[in-house]
Amino acid sequence: MAISLTEKAAEHVLNFIEKRGGAAGLRLAVKTSGCSGLAYVLEFVDEIEDTDEVFESSGVKVIVDKKSLIYLDGTELDYKREGLNEGFEFNNPNVKDACGCGESFTV
Amino acid sequence: MALLQISEPGKSTNPHERRLAVGIDLGTTNSLIATVRSGEAIVLPDEEGRYLLPSVVRFRAEGSPQIGYPALDASINDPMNTIASSKRMIGRKTADIKSLRDQLPYNFDDESANVPRIITADGPRSAIEVSAEILTALKKRAETSLRGNLGGVVITVPAYFDDAQRQATKDAAKLAGLNVMRLLNEPTAAAVAYGLDQGSEGIYAIYDLGGGTFDVSILHLNKGVFEVLATAGDSALGGDDMDRLIAEWLLDDVDDEELSSNSQFLRQAMVSARTAKEALTENTSTIVSLKLPDGSSREIVLDRTTMDEIIAPVIDKTLIPCRRSLRDAGLDKDDIDGIVMVGGSTRVLSVKEKVERFFEKKLYTDVDPDQVVAVGAAIQADILIGNRSADEMLLLDVIPLSLGIEIMGSMVEKIIPRNATIPVTRAQEFTTYKDGQTAMSIHVVQGERELVSDCRSLARFELRGIPPMAAGSARITVSFKVDADGLLSVSAREATTGIETQVDVKPSYGLTDEEVEQMLRDSITFANDDIKARLLAEQRVEAERVILAIQSALDVDGDKFLNDDERSELVKGINKLKELTDSDNAESIKQAANDLNQLSEVFASRRMDASIRSVMAGHNINEFSE
Repeated sequence: MAISLTEKAAEHVLNFIEKRGGAAGLRLAVKTSGCSGLAYVLEFVDEIEDTDEVFESSGVKVIVDKKSLIYLDGTELDYKREGLNEGFEFNNPNVKDACGCGESFTV
Repeated sequence: MALLQISEPGKSTNPHERRLAVGIDLGTTNSLIATVRSGEAIVLPDEEGRYLLPSVVRFRAEGSPQIGYPALDASINDPMNTIASSKRMIGRKTADIKSLRDQLPYNFDDESANVPRIITADGPRSAIEVSAEILTALKKRAETSLRGNLGGVVITVPAYFDDAQRQATKDAAKLAGLNVMRLLNEPTAAAVAYGLDQGSEGIYAIYDLGGGTFDVSILHLNKGVFEVLATAGDSALGGDDMDRLIAEWLLDDVDDEELSSNSQFLRQAMVSARTAKEALTENTSTIVSLKLPDGSSREIVLDRTTMDEIIAPVIDKTLIPCRRSLRDAGLDKDDIDGIVMVGGSTRVLSVKEKVERFFEKKLYTDVDPDQVVAVGAAIQADILIGNRSADEMLLLDVIPLSLGIEIMGSMVEKIIPRNATIPVTRAQEFTTYKDGQTAMSIHVVQGERELVSDCRSLARFELRGIPPMAAGSARITVSFKVDADGLLSVSAREATTGIETQVDVKPSYGLTDEEVEQMLRDSITFANDDIKARLLAEQRVEAERVILAIQSALDVDGDKFLNDDERSELVKGINKLKELTDSDNAESIKQAANDLNQLSEVFASRRMDASIRSVMAGHNINEFSE
């Protein structure tokens, strides 16, 4: 079981954490949304919980709770720029179907 | 693929949801609107870069009302239809504002009316309607610059506003189509803008000197809660009085009689006086140019020391309410930890000096005194809508366990997540499961688990009178609302008919801390089981939906479109799926449901063709393509 970051994503995460004044790591998670859809969660972490798994990728501590890991195993987090917009993208091999904008998906 | 941003812990938004929140300073003379963008509170300007919106509305016989600067410009020529100071009238009864009415130029309608209305060219208008126009203009400004709908607003009101005045302010916001998350006392908003609520404890004086009003409040901060200990003020004292005194000094040698006969001239002199007053916050002396009634012009040098002497009576008058508020609060000057300066008139240097000398304490002056109240309201709005972490919470509480409803398959759909700050309102849309379904049972539950049996049941009620429709086409909005006192009300509303039903619950009632903790621990211990159970339940619901849809189609016109072989194949498929739904294997249920779906495709396409033929019967194809 593993989660990884691209070099570019890691660079941005470390930068954001520094600007924020520190964080224990970056949380990747999924939550149920709608009847059968799932949505991604991307958050700073202040405290690592007992139920979390911790991965290290390109110098970033990636924190995933066990429940979410079922859906996220093998995911690579990338950072992209599209026109004026920029942000993170989940490359998740578990996804079978995603909504048009990619904010929610099914497995 | 949408690009995501990193949120604060626990503050991620759902897909397609942005939480836009604004703070509004609805002032007597001017109003402002502010928001928090990328962690920073900013006041939103209009298209011309102006931050203030004059709180003036002009009603016209034709066309929509004018709001702000155009109305202010028209007030000299059209005073009867141009309404200012609606804040002084809002929430007051006709009898309450008798003395006020004598000062105002407006025509009031029927004296006995409970809510006083001003007769305008566009019909009688109450103060609530006037304030609603101002709020609408601010709302438009925010929605244009933030590019989205406002999720919620915080509006500030004077600390001395009573329930009726507060309710009327809320009514005005409702008329403007705004969702008021909270009314915030103006002095509290100013304290929040300086982050004083982040401190542990303290007593602060808020000195608010505007153009026409003066208020002073003593606030006591204890564990994140601000308590108003005392308020005092003078509703007819402000920067305008300073301008008048300076203008009189400038026109010292002009004949009084001539002045009173030429009000236009005095007004011009006051504008010059104001400009001079503002210049003297930067410079030690300034030159004032004045046009005299006889047509000649003159230039007068005014230095800061002279101005300070001229306006001293106004400033000294503000110290009387300061002394009174201290006495009412039972405090000494020594008990005050700091003074927050609010209102444009506090830019005058001698105001700062005298206030500092009076309290002998530190002044807070870094935030723009015109904007400080709106900025505090915006910060509070950002917290209330859920964009900040829980430890920045002011006067707030959180929901200990998630609240949701039961959906098909005995699953729980969480509507308000655990740790959401109250007050909170969340809504979600649901639909019917069967063709012609006319009622829906709403089962409100509390807990973190995925299945209803593992959560706590809070209430059940039914929404009846849903018009018969095909399964999945009804739209029922279920709203959860938890007020500041922790009272939950759940309502369900059907979109086409507007029928609605609701129930009130007290969610935390009867749960101890240990029980809450146990429920949380279970949700983690059983995480894997829960997810499996949910996936299985989802597949079962889907399988049952497929069976139901095919079965009802078979009943209607199975004979028409299928031969015996085809029909028995389908029935076989249905029976196989029915059998499998009782098993615990989600994957095989899914497979069987897919198989059945494929099997029924021929049947479905024949039905579709037939219904298209019947629609087109007697028509020409060209009628449809136009």
